[in-house]
Amino acid sequence: MSGHVFHPGHAELHGVTVVLEMAGEGLYVGRYHEETPAGILLHDVAEHQPAGAGVTREEFLRKTLKFGVRATHKHLVIPTAQVRRISRLVEWESGQS
Amino acid sequence: MPYDPRLVQPMRDEMVRMGARELTTVAEVDAAMGDPKGTMLVVVNSVCGCAAGAARPALALALTHPTRPQQVVTVFAGQDTDATARARQFFADYAPSSPSMALFRDGEVVHFVHRHMIEGHSPQDIAKGLTAAFDKYCATTAV
Repeated sequence: MSGHVFHPGHAELHGVTVVLEMAGEGLYVGRYHEETPAGILLHDVAEHQPAGAGVTREEFLRKTLKFGVRATHKHLVIPTAQVRRISRLVEWESGQS
Repeated sequence: MPYDPRLVQPMRDEMVRMGARELTTVAEVDAAMGDPKGTMLVVVNSVCGCAAGAARPALALALTHPTRPQQVVTVFAGQDTDATARARQFFADYAPSSPSMALFRDGEVVHFVHRHMIEGHSPQDIAKGLTAAFDKYCATTAV
């Protein structure tokens, strides 16, 4: 049973917790599901927007790495054109991503 | 909505085979986690093959390590929802994710494995991290 995936044929990042850095300064952290014509579908998404956030992007990511993703959106579709970069959350562990 | 119980039974059996005790009710969680003495690994099991498919074999490997927690218990996210919600109250500082694992020593979380630390990693890599935590927090000192 281990290793069984109920939905084969998925994208490489399917099921992986990713960081989406936006063309602006905001970012989203969530579980990648798939890319649709409307954009990238994420599940259980936390969002950081610098304006009024109270914490820096680095602090937000550090806290997320330690305590997990405090989701504020169950599902979110992010237009692909607005995404500057996608990386795995664990890549930020070293603080060098 | 929970999956068909018949579908998840092999995932439950896999946990029990490696020595984990299933907690399926709030009362069972309270009875197991209410006593904070010693070391306990709480595993939030999951149907998701993307991560749980690596987590369970990793745990099986880690539990062959000479140093291990005194107790290993498990709740099943999305299946035993009340028991899982109750267990998560004991590590409420950590955002809910599944699969995940919380290592307790004397009632305090000393090590936490989030889902994002499992995804994309081999069972061997995950087990390595777990056994390092076991060595650090579960080793008993001879008197």
